[in-house]
Amino acid sequence: MQALVIVAHGSHLNPDSSTPTYEHADTVRAVGAFDEVKTGFWKEEPSLREVLRTVESDDVYVVPFFVSEGYFTEEVIPRELRLDGWDVADWDSDGTSADHAVYTAADTGQRVHYCGPVGTHDSMTDVIVRRAESITGDPNVGDGFGLAVVGHGTERNENSAKAIEYHAERVRERGRFDEVQALYMDEEPEVDDVADYFESEDVVVVPLFVADGYHTQEDIPEDMGLTDDYRKGYDVPAEVDGHRIWYAGAVGTEPLMADVILERARDAGADVGDAVEVVRERTRKTEAAASGSSAAGD
Amino acid sequence: MAELAEVDDEQFAALKSAAEEGVQFDGLYAHYGREDYDRDPDAYAFGSPAGEHTKLDAEAFREAAESAPRYVSNWYYWERVVEGHGTPRRAFLRWLEGAPSDMRDESGLGVEDRYERLAAGTSREWGQLLVRTTVGDRGHRRYEVRHVDDEGAPLDDLDVHESPLDAREVAKYDPKGRYRPLKTAPSLQRGWAFTDLDGRDLYECVDAFYPATVANWYREREGALDVTHWEETAERQTGIYDVIDELDAEAVERIAATCCVDSQCLKRRQWDHDEDDEIDVPRGDGLFPCREPCSLVVAAARKWTTLEREESHSYEFELTPSEKEQLEELVDAVADNRVDEIREADVYEGANRYRTRYLREKLFDEDGNLAGVATERE
Repeated sequence: MQALVIVAHGSHLNPDSSTPTYEHADTVRAVGAFDEVKTGFWKEEPSLREVLRTVESDDVYVVPFFVSEGYFTEEVIPRELRLDGWDVADWDSDGTSADHAVYTAADTGQRVHYCGPVGTHDSMTDVIVRRAESITGDPNVGDGFGLAVVGHGTERNENSAKAIEYHAERVRERGRFDEVQALYMDEEPEVDDVADYFESEDVVVVPLFVADGYHTQEDIPEDMGLTDDYRKGYDVPAEVDGHRIWYAGAVGTEPLMADVILERARDAGADVGDAVEVVRERTRKTEAAASGSSAAGD
Repeated sequence: MAELAEVDDEQFAALKSAAEEGVQFDGLYAHYGREDYDRDPDAYAFGSPAGEHTKLDAEAFREAAESAPRYVSNWYYWERVVEGHGTPRRAFLRWLEGAPSDMRDESGLGVEDRYERLAAGTSREWGQLLVRTTVGDRGHRRYEVRHVDDEGAPLDDLDVHESPLDAREVAKYDPKGRYRPLKTAPSLQRGWAFTDLDGRDLYECVDAFYPATVANWYREREGALDVTHWEETAERQTGIYDVIDELDAEAVERIAATCCVDSQCLKRRQWDHDEDDEIDVPRGDGLFPCREPCSLVVAAARKWTTLEREESHSYEFELTPSEKEQLEELVDAVADNRVDEIREADVYEGANRYRTRYLREKLFDEDGNLAGVATERE
């Protein structure tokens, strides 16, 4: 038997923090590639300390629902899961290239295939592009559009900025958007000045965050000038200094994230059959239906 | 429905095939072949507490099985549907209907007794959950979950869910619509039911309401609960929680009394300062154990660590006896979560809003200082 365990930060204060994790877990569960699919949290329950004992499988694929490689993925999660012999060197990562490594969990004896976070997987680039498609409602968006990938910056974690730059570069290489720019909250180039960094009239702004919360719903919309008070909401697109800003909200809420989770596990050796293809197709339909119903854009 | 008149063909075929290896389960005995010296090498044997039949050909084996259909369906349910020997899921499902936990357990109920109870529906509480087990077609158990306080409520009055994972949403908010960061807080809302669940979905549902409680209960039953005491948890912390190992024993005791008693959490605290140094606070009466200080305790401990670093100062206030008592009542009302129960016009309650506003008018200066005495900070 094989289990998928998605581990995420969660929150003591924000009831919506866990929602994307649950939704992607449900998508993967529905495709039937794993005997068991569970979620575990740093701040919610089951805790990282106890999530492994809630699955019966001997082989457990653990995918961190985090943006970057750093404190949580390299220190907190392996410690709390009691991965015997964990060494970050086993990921052999330059900060954006973690793959997976296998350990025995000291308390349960399960074989844990510990994967790199979703945020640094290559297929994350596809999710960023898909997010741009869903927020504009145009499956071919790109021509005449700029795209900004937004992250925290290095203040908290050097690798956080690396992940942003990595995906920005990968989107750029595809040549689909007229311009692509990485922007940050606490360092230059800053998201506040988004209008200064683009010539294109239309700019899609995709924050590389796993869940919506204070940063993506309050900080960034106000900083960019989409609204003077986040409580009043903002338009999509919103006019800022002669640009139309299509603000996408946290990329982690995009249904295609389920695909990244699956690919992480598949890369680590999980037998997922054709689940990756099925999920790619299903999440596209979901999104088409969802964007149709929320055309009001609030 | 519970009176299963005859043995199901598929279940009988499974039993017949399993008899070749030998079946001994919950009072049922079925065997075919040569291993047993005193049995006919080419015949079946079938036994239950109702009687033993030996030297049976295939047809007679079927007839014998028909004489004890409950034993056949019971075997099939546990060995072919539930399976999972040595898992918390199986142990929990067995416990729900009072079945013996294993072959050595003599305290459990026999098959006939269980089927009688299951026919009427048998219920057990798990925290604030009431889990009711019935036996459906072909001996398959069906499970229903609702709030303990909704025990007698007609299903028409409840929000009926079929997907066990809906429990995540039900468990997320308390009756006042506030977020519940602690799943085992005794603040589950009422008015819902999960019906017609199979064993796997029941386990999923209970695990969504009270994550990992069944797994830890099972470990404890097996004598294998891995308790992590305060000291180890505190020392393990890094980052912003690195500081909590500063707290002294009295503070840790206060934390346990604050957060870990039955009025706040339904888990039974099994952790102490360390293995040899117990915390002198009631552990609680919960069915399922708490094996380690949880993330809420750790996060709150961080705040208390910084607060405990402060030195005390002497302040001088003038209060009437009733004002002093009112302050005490206010603290009690908040700590015991009674604020919402105090009626708007009940000015006899110290924590009444008007009483409190009056106190503020009288005692606070324009900067919010009690009795006009400034807070001293170094």
